[in-house]
Amino acid sequence: MENIISRYRNVTILVAILFVQVLGLAVQVKRATDDRPTRLIRVWAVDVVTPLEKSIVWFQHGVTNLWHNYFYLRGVRQENRDLKQQIENLRIEQTRMHEDAEQARRLQLLLGFKEQFISRTIAAQVIGLTGSDQSRAIYLDKGAREGIRPDMAVVTADGVIGKVLRVYGANRFEASVSQVLLINDQTSGVGVILEKSRLQGVLRGTPLGEVVLEKVMSDETVQPGDRVLTSGGDRIFPKGLPVGTVTKVSPGPELFLNIRVKPTADLGCLEEVLIITQQEEREPIVAGGAPMRAADILAQRLPSVPDRPPDDPNKPPPPTSGLKILPAPGGTIGQGSTNPKPGANVTGSSAVVKTAPALPRTAVASDTSGKSGSNSATIPLKGSPVAKPAPKPASPPIKTQATGDATQATTSNQVKTKPSQSEPPPQQPAAAPTPPQDQPQ
Amino acid sequence: MPITYTSNEQVEVYRFSLPVAIAVPLVAIFLQAFIPLRFHFFSSIDLPLLVVIFFALARRSPVTGLLTGAAIGLIQDSLTHQPIGVYGIAKTVVGYGASSLGVKLDVENAGSRFLVTLFFFGLHEVLYFSVARELLGLTLQWSWLHELGSALANAFLAVLLFAVLDRFKQRT
Repeated sequence: MENIISRYRNVTILVAILFVQVLGLAVQVKRATDDRPTRLIRVWAVDVVTPLEKSIVWFQHGVTNLWHNYFYLRGVRQENRDLKQQIENLRIEQTRMHEDAEQARRLQLLLGFKEQFISRTIAAQVIGLTGSDQSRAIYLDKGAREGIRPDMAVVTADGVIGKVLRVYGANRFEASVSQVLLINDQTSGVGVILEKSRLQGVLRGTPLGEVVLEKVMSDETVQPGDRVLTSGGDRIFPKGLPVGTVTKVSPGPELFLNIRVKPTADLGCLEEVLIITQQEEREPIVAGGAPMRAADILAQRLPSVPDRPPDDPNKPPPPTSGLKILPAPGGTIGQGSTNPKPGANVTGSSAVVKTAPALPRTAVASDTSGKSGSNSATIPLKGSPVAKPAPKPASPPIKTQATGDATQATTSNQVKTKPSQSEPPPQQPAAAPTPPQDQPQ
Repeated sequence: MPITYTSNEQVEVYRFSLPVAIAVPLVAIFLQAFIPLRFHFFSSIDLPLLVVIFFALARRSPVTGLLTGAAIGLIQDSLTHQPIGVYGIAKTVVGYGASSLGVKLDVENAGSRFLVTLFFFGLHEVLYFSVARELLGLTLQWSWLHELGSALANAFLAVLLFAVLDRFKQRT
């Protein structure tokens, strides 16, 4: 026996080494969720390799910054002018979009939605890869000592790139780095939603490093070019971050579509990334404060049927009453809204209107009776021939700011009221005016 | 270039100093993890594998070869997010095979080095895919064209790399 072993010593050792490794693999596969058995050897390997990577990246960036910031400044003035122009354009766009954002927040508030905010991020440098085509992960120069934890989302300005898988540096003898699993790895998964159709699915990597969208039924319509966003359903990535664009749609196995997605971030050329270390969920903050019903918002945006006139034979022909939205000087009332026809009445609903500071749109309160405090705020459309008073106090208590002859009411829908100059004073409504119920904010 | 058969007496066995034996594999692993970050095509190259083959051929000791392969493979595994042992198993076999072949063949010339690297790269890929697919259940796609291109690229690089690493050889 001893003779046989000594004769086949090399093969025996080979078999023994292979057996140990296969056994180790089996243990790791069985304890797939527990990283402890292999933690030590990974720490050793990472401690050996990553400090060198860190120092080379640091040196390389030092040289690059020195060159770009002190020597190679050709074209900087032109670039500066272009950027200033871009800022101006973005400011205009920001003003345009602000209103819709406020509107969306109010609707979210009404529906009890909670907004997800990225409240804190940490910038990190990509220092290395895994060195394997079958393991699409990267190493970052920030780790446990910087507050990085597993399952934190990692993004760039272009979109999502992956999540933190392992973190090193818990004690001061370890290199403080972290390993990030990219979204094109076959073991990754991201909950996503298609921007247009709002279809939800799971984004996965393929063995070849491509990205596909799974779990979308074959009877759904998905077009190439559709943008893919995070859905927030995986509790890792905040909702609404760009992930990619659909490039190819074809019938897949079983009942699902085979959807190929091109990531918005260039996963093959990553240098700097952001790790989302803290997310918060809170109710949307609406400028102006108080909640407003969805019906009221719609009532303010859309033309509605005029109130029925009071059945008072002694009164002159009943005017239409209530809040009328005037076209803004720009001609439109809010983006995406239907322009109300002249004379369109937007009261009549139980609007609880509060003031708002930002006032991109205007309506005019035609309470020109001189009695401040009246909340029968008839807000005629600018240019309408006659502003007619409301026949009775509007059931919606409109929070107004009484300012002498004219009541300037600022609604939470950012409707600013101001007196109409070209209109005769309307008749006082029959019902006694109700004092304002709240002060504007 | 012909591959010449030699007797055990004719075969020269080399050894390496401890710093070289430690530093060269570590540098290879480091470059493998770092260079593809800037040059993506480099991900087709397997520098640690080339180092395993070189040491195995030079030392001509199967036990040392398989231990070197196992160590380098396990470190390479440690940098991935997959279970440790896939590269370890593949490189253990390659180290054993290359050192066993080194005993039989003269692998000092460029032609034999090219062919030997071509063969062991293929063996390494077959082992890796088998272990990853059968033991870990990973879905891998085998592409003959890609593997052939990678094998040729690695073989060319091996000829150059081995010529550089020859400078660290010490005669026993």
